[in-house]
Amino acid sequence: MAALTPASVEPDELPRASGRQLRTVLLLLIPGLLWLGVFFVVPIFTLAGTSTQTPSGSGLPGEFVQTFHLANYWDAISAYRGHFARSFFYSILATLLCLAIGYPLAYLIAFRAGRLRNLLLVLVVAPFFTSFVLRTLAWRQILADDGWVVSALKWLHLIPSDLAVTASPIAVVAGITYNFLPFMVLPLYSSLERIDPRLIEAGGDLYGTSFTVLRKVTFPLSMPGVVAGTLLTFIPASGDYVNAALLGNTRTTMIGNVVESRFFRVVDYPTAAALSFILMAIILVLVILYVRRAGTEELV
Amino acid sequence: MSRWLSKHALHIYGVLAFAYIFTPIAYVMVFSFNQPARSNLTWRGFTLENWTNPCGAPEVCSALGNSLKIGLASTLIATVLGTMVAFALARYRFRGRTPTNLLIFLPMATPEVVLAASLLTLFLNLRVPLGTATIVIAHVMFSISFVVVAVKARIASLDPRLEQAAQDLYANEFETFRRITLPLVAPGIAGAALLAFSLSFDDFIITNFVSGDVNTFPKFVYVSAQRGIPADAYVIGSAMFLLAMGLVLAAELFRWRRSRRL
Amino acid sequence: MTASRSDLRLTGLTKRFSGFTAVDGLDLTISQGEFFALLGPSGCGKTTTLRMIAGLEEPTGGSIHLGDLDVTEKKPYQRPVNTVFQNYALFPHLSVFENVAFGLRRRGVKDVKKQALEALDLVELGHLAQRRPAQLSGGQQQRIALARAVVNRPQVLLLDEPLGALDLKLRRQMQIELKRIQTEVGITFVHVTHDQEEAMTMADRVAVMNHGKIEQLGAPAELYEAPGTTFVANFLGQSNLVAVTRSGTDGQYTMVDVGGQKLRIRTDRCSSEGELLLGVRPEKIRLHSAADPVPSGLNQLTGGVVLDASYLGVSTQYLVRMPWGQNLTVFAQNLGIGERFSDGSAVQLAWEPDHSFGLAGDAGAGVESTLED
Repeated sequence: MAALTPASVEPDELPRASGRQLRTVLLLLIPGLLWLGVFFVVPIFTLAGTSTQTPSGSGLPGEFVQTFHLANYWDAISAYRGHFARSFFYSILATLLCLAIGYPLAYLIAFRAGRLRNLLLVLVVAPFFTSFVLRTLAWRQILADDGWVVSALKWLHLIPSDLAVTASPIAVVAGITYNFLPFMVLPLYSSLERIDPRLIEAGGDLYGTSFTVLRKVTFPLSMPGVVAGTLLTFIPASGDYVNAALLGNTRTTMIGNVVESRFFRVVDYPTAAALSFILMAIILVLVILYVRRAGTEELV
Repeated sequence: MSRWLSKHALHIYGVLAFAYIFTPIAYVMVFSFNQPARSNLTWRGFTLENWTNPCGAPEVCSALGNSLKIGLASTLIATVLGTMVAFALARYRFRGRTPTNLLIFLPMATPEVVLAASLLTLFLNLRVPLGTATIVIAHVMFSISFVVVAVKARIASLDPRLEQAAQDLYANEFETFRRITLPLVAPGIAGAALLAFSLSFDDFIITNFVSGDVNTFPKFVYVSAQRGIPADAYVIGSAMFLLAMGLVLAAELFRWRRSRRL
Repeated sequence: MTASRSDLRLTGLTKRFSGFTAVDGLDLTISQGEFFALLGPSGCGKTTTLRMIAGLEEPTGGSIHLGDLDVTEKKPYQRPVNTVFQNYALFPHLSVFENVAFGLRRRGVKDVKKQALEALDLVELGHLAQRRPAQLSGGQQQRIALARAVVNRPQVLLLDEPLGALDLKLRRQMQIELKRIQTEVGITFVHVTHDQEEAMTMADRVAVMNHGKIEQLGAPAELYEAPGTTFVANFLGQSNLVAVTRSGTDGQYTMVDVGGQKLRIRTDRCSSEGELLLGVRPEKIRLHSAADPVPSGLNQLTGGVVLDASYLGVSTQYLVRMPWGQNLTVFAQNLGIGERFSDGSAVQLAWEPDHSFGLAGDAGAGVESTLED
């Protein structure tokens, strides 16, 4: 009978709420869901509405009327195709870099850190304790062409001596990678940590080399963490504009920068709205394809 | 030598990775001791002046005050609302659970710039004046989901037998909640509140869209990046970092010492 | 039925979960002050029964009475019943003292401190009052859980596999301790366990449960000496069950026949009709060499061959192949006198007719459950 009373309750074993409980559930849910409804769901619709507006006849900036002008979308895509492509290129590249840097780190913390485990996890999220903008600016200094890092790399012939790093795509991708690394490491860690170390030992017994064990046992078992980590990195990265604005140049602008400038500099709300909507749609499609392909339904 | 290397490769990698993680933080800290000038990009010499007078530059401290105020308000609201939702989701099965979970998940899966743009169109359409209130609204909106996820995990890890034991020991539903459930879930709620605060305090993208004229610390830094950031911002950034790390390490040390006493 | 002041009475108690019936129309009266054990394999419905008595599970049907009080619909905190949970369920954020005082405080008792300390002294852990549960060993946590429940002087104390998490030596010690405390406080104990030895050492009466029903109820010796079903015969200790045919009566005995050999079972221990199985406990049988004479008046089976002899220290366990192809088990005490048999020896089996019992049903029934735990 012990098996019928597990220590943690799975959703399908929860009692079905009825009568008075249902009222409790509603009271608990309504404030939070109302907030999300009014300030997340409704705005998505106003965004959709704004995206098909055209300037009003008044000629005043910021005055628009609804004309269901779907051509806004076409105009936005054709004008900013390059920015979309660049955004996804940078964010996919940064996501892959995060995975490459983050996986060994998560592995180290999960299996080799011993009592230092919690401390190392804190150190991974330590950047969050400094301001996002400040640490991005710090990278501008670190990656300055005349700074010691770039000079040292050039001296070691690890990068070509005529390479410009300052205000380059390299700096933007480096910044994105750095800023979103914790989003990759934490889910990776939590799925690696759940793996029974005995499975890895058994793998060592069966396959021998540690690389084969990693490929055949550890990595497949950590797949949920890989999926969660890549999504949590890729999604915010693709909409980011701070890195591109602070670390890049005019030829590295991402779609986020365009949305920002359409809103605040050009005061062209419909185009900005259409661009946001397209960004959201593309991300949704990419995420669905990716999750299907990775074969896991666990999103959170 | 090569055997030693392959055995310790992962540890060496770890040291390098943490060096990478801490390099920008070190930069921020070092430059907080830089001789003040119009911008703080090149090293001019050591001084303590910035630390003794962090509010020297105009607007640094008022922006910081706004950030703290907004952070506290949005943390309070998001923690209360999110904890309530978490209890409903973790404790009951009801029709509409799946859509509720989806509604909680979606804000986390939407790029900030889209959240920002859509909220801004709402405020513009309704002609809501932008300011502290709209910032708090936005911050609560994107924090709720994180609070729900964190608190829900904590409730799910709670042994249901503890509550049953309390009821068995003559505590009614309310007393059980107050004396057993709430104290045991409290660390999860506190963690969620810290997360909500740090998300709010550090947010730039959404704040930038919905803040109007109100300045926050990240916004101040971003805007002054164009013409040169005063060293005072570095002092505040470093101080916040040291404070947060100090708190976390103290908590960790406390836990470690307690576990050693067992 | 006339119940004394606070007998615990279950009437037609039923619990159905979607898909299966965990407890099936249970009728049971447990007297005040009794140490009662519910024994059965996992999934037999014993824990569900306990949880219904505690009020933690709502019955699908039937009623629960404490004396004249119908508590079926009462909330757990409205019942004069306390539980010692399987994994103790001590409140991790409260000190040992506050754990024990929890129930007293909720009931608004006046001298909380005195009573709680008394309860801690009862389990001999008064000196640990200020510790946290996580700082205690498993055995100590177990005692605290007991003190936390007993301190409320409930009419019934429910114990859900309370010793399951302890190691063997500690379990023995706690069995004696529990019995002592029960005698000292005089509360009705209802003890759920899958460990037959635990049930037998402690309980005044044992109910053996299977598939949501009580198979047999009685004092431990009664259940052991005269099991009423093949399930009980195999779940409580080991039994040899031999399919036999009735061949008449002789005074207070029923005569039966197996492979042409005549055996006797006391009629009052014998199922009255249908297929018959003769049961005998392995330690009741004595082995004799095939050549030796066997004293008259005993049940006797000849033609056995020793298949295997395992030396177990206090006893030797023999597996004997019978002419009809069945293997019977015999435990012989290593007294140092009498013959030891090696593999292949031709032997005959003998035992007092009074040690036989006759069960209804076929030999396979219930046997699969013997391997449980």
